[in-house]
Amino acid sequence: MARIIVMGGGVSGHTAATFAKKWLGKEHEVVVVTPNSQWNWIPSNIWVGVGQMTKEDVVFPLAPIYKKAGIDYRQAKAVSIHPNGKAESDAPYIVIESTEEATKGKTEELTYDYLINATGPKLNFDATPGLGNGNGELGEHTVSVCTADHAVHANDELNKVFEKAKAGERQKLLVGTGHGMCTCQGAAFEYIFNIEHEARKAGVRDMLDIKWISNESFLGDFGMGGLHMKVGGYAVSSKLFAESLYAERNVPWIIGAHVNKVEAGKVHYELLDGSMGEEEFDFSMLIPPFGGVGLKAYDKDGSDMTDTLFAPNGFMKVDAKYDAGAYENWKASDWPVTYQNPSFGNIFACGIAFAPPHLISKPMSSPNGTPINPTPPRTGMPAGIIGKAVAHSVCDMIRSGENVHLHEASMAEMGAACVASAGKGIFDGQAAAMTVYPVVPDFEKYPGTGRDTDYTFGEIGLAGHWIKHILHHLFIYKAKLKPGWTLIPE
Amino acid sequence: MKEEEVNFQNEQFNLTMIPGKFARAMRTCKIWQFIRFLVINIKMLIVVSKSH
Repeated sequence: MARIIVMGGGVSGHTAATFAKKWLGKEHEVVVVTPNSQWNWIPSNIWVGVGQMTKEDVVFPLAPIYKKAGIDYRQAKAVSIHPNGKAESDAPYIVIESTEEATKGKTEELTYDYLINATGPKLNFDATPGLGNGNGELGEHTVSVCTADHAVHANDELNKVFEKAKAGERQKLLVGTGHGMCTCQGAAFEYIFNIEHEARKAGVRDMLDIKWISNESFLGDFGMGGLHMKVGGYAVSSKLFAESLYAERNVPWIIGAHVNKVEAGKVHYELLDGSMGEEEFDFSMLIPPFGGVGLKAYDKDGSDMTDTLFAPNGFMKVDAKYDAGAYENWKASDWPVTYQNPSFGNIFACGIAFAPPHLISKPMSSPNGTPINPTPPRTGMPAGIIGKAVAHSVCDMIRSGENVHLHEASMAEMGAACVASAGKGIFDGQAAAMTVYPVVPDFEKYPGTGRDTDYTFGEIGLAGHWIKHILHHLFIYKAKLKPGWTLIPE
Repeated sequence: MKEEEVNFQNEQFNLTMIPGKFARAMRTCKIWQFIRFLVINIKMLIVVSKSH
């Protein structure tokens, strides 16, 4: 009997663990180690953040799902990886630390035959002074929608702003990214338009000055270097598409901004031209930068070998080309295909946990040397597809030996769908529905725009909004492993 | 002033496009949006199938 340990129970880890268990059955053991007791459909946190959904609508307990699937579930965080075992045994193992109330802090060693790292990111609030509380958590000056609890808090604060606006007090709202190296602009993008929509519904839009701030060098970069999409028969830059959305809704923007300090009611930022600025706010939702979760790796003799397994940013090294060099040399083939760690063939990483070879957007920095560019998105559909491919590879290795051909899921040959919806009502909402193919542009295959414009398109309307509703229910249904769950694509 | 012209008074918005009455109406026209719903779903399914 082989044992697979999956570290992380988010989109990628949950997908990998549930498919691995389904394919391997009772013959082999699948263990999930995740510090969370609940699964969260993160895209719908946006609706929690504007009071259109409750926390309970977007989370469910993991324990009964894993019990039903026959997966060994450990509510704990992984602390360290020991891929060569220890002095007394060659068996590789990880050390986990319980986050369960009754056994909190208790550590345990778990041996593995195969290890899948799907820990997701550390929300690195403390990278920006004042954005965090100094202990790695959200600070007191801004809100976040990165977790369901954060989104509940965001809605509470937003309601206070709406109440003040109703009382005739003009309010300033600032939404975007809280550091020059953030990713996930899409979440902030969706949140700002949901706020705008709810403000109109509440009759307070005229009392709100809503402003966008982000590290993108142009609106519509989205961490993918922008894209050219089919809109109304035209091949249009996402810059024009995004600017139109902001202009229509009267939301001005500050872009190319590295937020370098947050204090009560004010952010300080540096722009790509090197100038410094300040922006006051009454309410602000700023996405933090992501980092690796801080896993350590140790050799048999106890020496630190974290650098062997992980890149300096804390994400795990996989089969990517990390020495591609300057932007001019970047190719689609730099991106990983199998997500296997180059040093240890029985370790894989998927979702946000893998270290990308480089940015997708063109690297930029201010004259002061401050890097200001979005980092590559690896969430949602790509995270699920990669998780499934990795599970497939591991299952094949268990059944057919280590030299089997591994499954491939390069982000340079993979598309993504993104639906940014404003509003929750079936007929009073609208969404920007976008697909991009491939996520990482391939200028050798598609010399014009780097992408296939037949399958890279964007559209605004009710239709996308309906799709967002369907995706919410469909993916929670799938994650709960209800009948037919394997038929629902990632 | 037409609705789509109001925000062009802000200089930052001056170089982009803002939908007019017809485009806005089509975004919420239930019949047209149902057709677009089918089209977008088919396109998304193709993208999903090409990605696996």
